[in-house]
Amino acid sequence: MNPGDSLPVKTFTITRADLVAYAEASGDHNPIHQDEDVARSVGLPGVIAHGMYTLALVGRAVAEWTGGAEVVDLGAKFTSPVVVPAEGGADVVVAGTVKSVADGLVTLALEVTCGGQKVLGMPKAVVREATIRA
Amino acid sequence: MPVDPSLVGREFPAPAPLTVTPERVSAFAAAVGHPGDAGSVVPPTFPIVLAFDAMQAFLDAEQIDLHRIVHGEQRFAYARPLVPGDELTATLTVTGLRQIGGADIIATASEIADATGAVVCTGKATLVHSAGGAA
Repeated sequence: MNPGDSLPVKTFTITRADLVAYAEASGDHNPIHQDEDVARSVGLPGVIAHGMYTLALVGRAVAEWTGGAEVVDLGAKFTSPVVVPAEGGADVVVAGTVKSVADGLVTLALEVTCGGQKVLGMPKAVVREATIRA
Repeated sequence: MPVDPSLVGREFPAPAPLTVTPERVSAFAAAVGHPGDAGSVVPPTFPIVLAFDAMQAFLDAEQIDLHRIVHGEQRFAYARPLVPGDELTATLTVTGLRQIGGADIIATASEIADATGAVVCTGKATLVHSAGGAA
């Protein structure tokens, strides 16, 4: 991986069933991720994905790009909710380029969108170069 | 009702340690579609399980309803990869508090340590608490 390299764009679909499975697996049973009425009662447009689900998809994209390289840093702001409809799903698109390679660490620049709108602010992922198998 | 400003600096441990079992890891990986050998590859966001327990302890102590919390930001820094068999503990510290437009912006840092006490991961989170009233 060299600075400026573009990585293959990844599109992942989030369904309500995924949110149920994620709630079980993560322990985050916040009803705003399950229940339309509760979500609307706190001013949300509908059931939204866990921010951590979207960040987990970034982790998934990074793992797919790097062959499961060791992640040193991963994070983002959850700037816009990913609304997940009852039928079908929400498509999250993860695009990445290699921003820098220094001191054995590869920093990726990321853009994460849903329906053309950015959903993560300042997303960042850093992996250990020696552990990349891609 | 706004969150008590004297909270800044207070620590909230997760109530119990969490063992990183292949079953937990494979369920988490399956839910998000993470690639790799099921049960042996630990997705990087897995430590949220512990950080969430510590956050829930904080919310319970302050009688804050989970459904009034929206996750504003999360960043993890890892000292080493997590592996099955790790027994993890977490302690959340409230690092900052401010109000914007009727919402509390709560900044937290969670240290996640293994059984030897070594910190394996630090999570920094911003929690947005809408106090309610507007429905």
